[in-house]
Amino acid sequence: MKQGAETVSINKQTALNTFNQYTSLLKKELLLETRQQHTLYGVMLYVASTVFVLYLTMDAPDSDTWNALFWITQLFICINAVAKSFLQEARGRMLYYYSITSPVVFILSKLTYNVILMLLMSTINLVLFTLFMGDLTTSFLQFFLISLVGAVGLSLVFTMLAAIASKAMQQASLMAILGFPIIIPQLLLLVRLSKTAFSEIFNQGVPTQLVLLLFALDILIILMAVILYPFLWKD
Amino acid sequence: MQFNWLKISAIVLLVYAVVGGLLLPVPELSQLGETIRNLYYHVCMWFAMMILYTISIIHSIKYLRNGKIEHDIKAVSYAGTGTYMGLLGYATGAIWASYTWADPNNPAYASFGSIMREPKLIGAATALLIYGAYFILRSSIADLDQRARVSAVYNIFSYAMLFPSIWIIPRLLPSLHPGQEGNPALNFNDIDARMRMVFYPAVLGWTFMGVWITTIIIRYKLLTEKKWTNNEK
Repeated sequence: MKQGAETVSINKQTALNTFNQYTSLLKKELLLETRQQHTLYGVMLYVASTVFVLYLTMDAPDSDTWNALFWITQLFICINAVAKSFLQEARGRMLYYYSITSPVVFILSKLTYNVILMLLMSTINLVLFTLFMGDLTTSFLQFFLISLVGAVGLSLVFTMLAAIASKAMQQASLMAILGFPIIIPQLLLLVRLSKTAFSEIFNQGVPTQLVLLLFALDILIILMAVILYPFLWKD
Repeated sequence: MQFNWLKISAIVLLVYAVVGGLLLPVPELSQLGETIRNLYYHVCMWFAMMILYTISIIHSIKYLRNGKIEHDIKAVSYAGTGTYMGLLGYATGAIWASYTWADPNNPAYASFGSIMREPKLIGAATALLIYGAYFILRSSIADLDQRARVSAVYNIFSYAMLFPSIWIIPRLLPSLHPGQEGNPALNFNDIDARMRMVFYPAVLGWTFMGVWITTIIIRYKLLTEKKWTNNEK
């Protein structure tokens, strides 16, 4: 009896310990971002200049073009924002993580951090996009929410791909090659879904279905990351 | 001789599929005409491709479980033959489309843009792009073990992403391609009984042929591998 209670308390302690590891890794990522501000501002500048170039090369796009361009910029911003999460980790530091934490905790903290980063970047992108290209949506709030849902999915996929690409040479360009074919279905779903915000009529229940499908994909990606990352981890 | 039954049945089935496919009666449809016989070759390529890719994944999983380099060689060889089958599927599909879908008033290549938008073609293109990326990824890692491990991870991850996409995309876009609600020719109702008699053996025949080709490639690669390791000693 007493022994049973002891194992329960030990289990509780390890669970707590894992959670602590997770939060402190996440805190470290966020702290790093405030210390090394050049990378964060670099991504923001990338967003701003992409939108500005689009603004200069296109005048007055129709709503379909607007929608397509928005998601393409989202895609490129995501690659740039997420790429650095693994590429900036030096070999020595990876070894250090290896000694203090488990791969599952590590990848979960990376996924969470990148989701937070991408939510921020996506918001900046949408604000700049509407500022420069005009607001063509009929329901801006709806489009904003859809863009956040999309940002979550994109950042999850590319985090996993960054982890894979970090093991190879020419990492940054490899990430795009690896990612584009995989992201196609998600991107098509998002483009289709965001047409609700341009007052296209859908059958009843279809938008909810699409959102649920996107969340199901997100869960699948997280599961695959948790299962597969431990194999990338050992060197 | 390994897999003797497989080679013999591949030959028998393919002789039957080619002779029977060209001679046995088919339903007369005004739009398709005799091009309907391409079903025995075109659709079989896609079936063979998906089956070979699936075998490749199984070997990738096996590699991650036990770390034998042999499984990595098998995984990459099956992926290679699968890609070859996919390219043949595109070739046969292009011939078929140029008789049925292409706009007869313009040269056939002018219809390319509208034909490529077909959900089935997008799915197939996605699969081929993924395996293209898989080979690029392999070639950019020098270390043997690491290459095997990282590419196995990508193989499994992308396959897990590919399946939803093959299931999702056809339901998002309009299509001229037969088999809107899933996999063409697999459904028992969309294919004529006379055609089924040739179609199923043809699928098996082409798949066996793919496996046969792959086993030869695997044997060759294992021999080279052995030679290298012997030289080092």
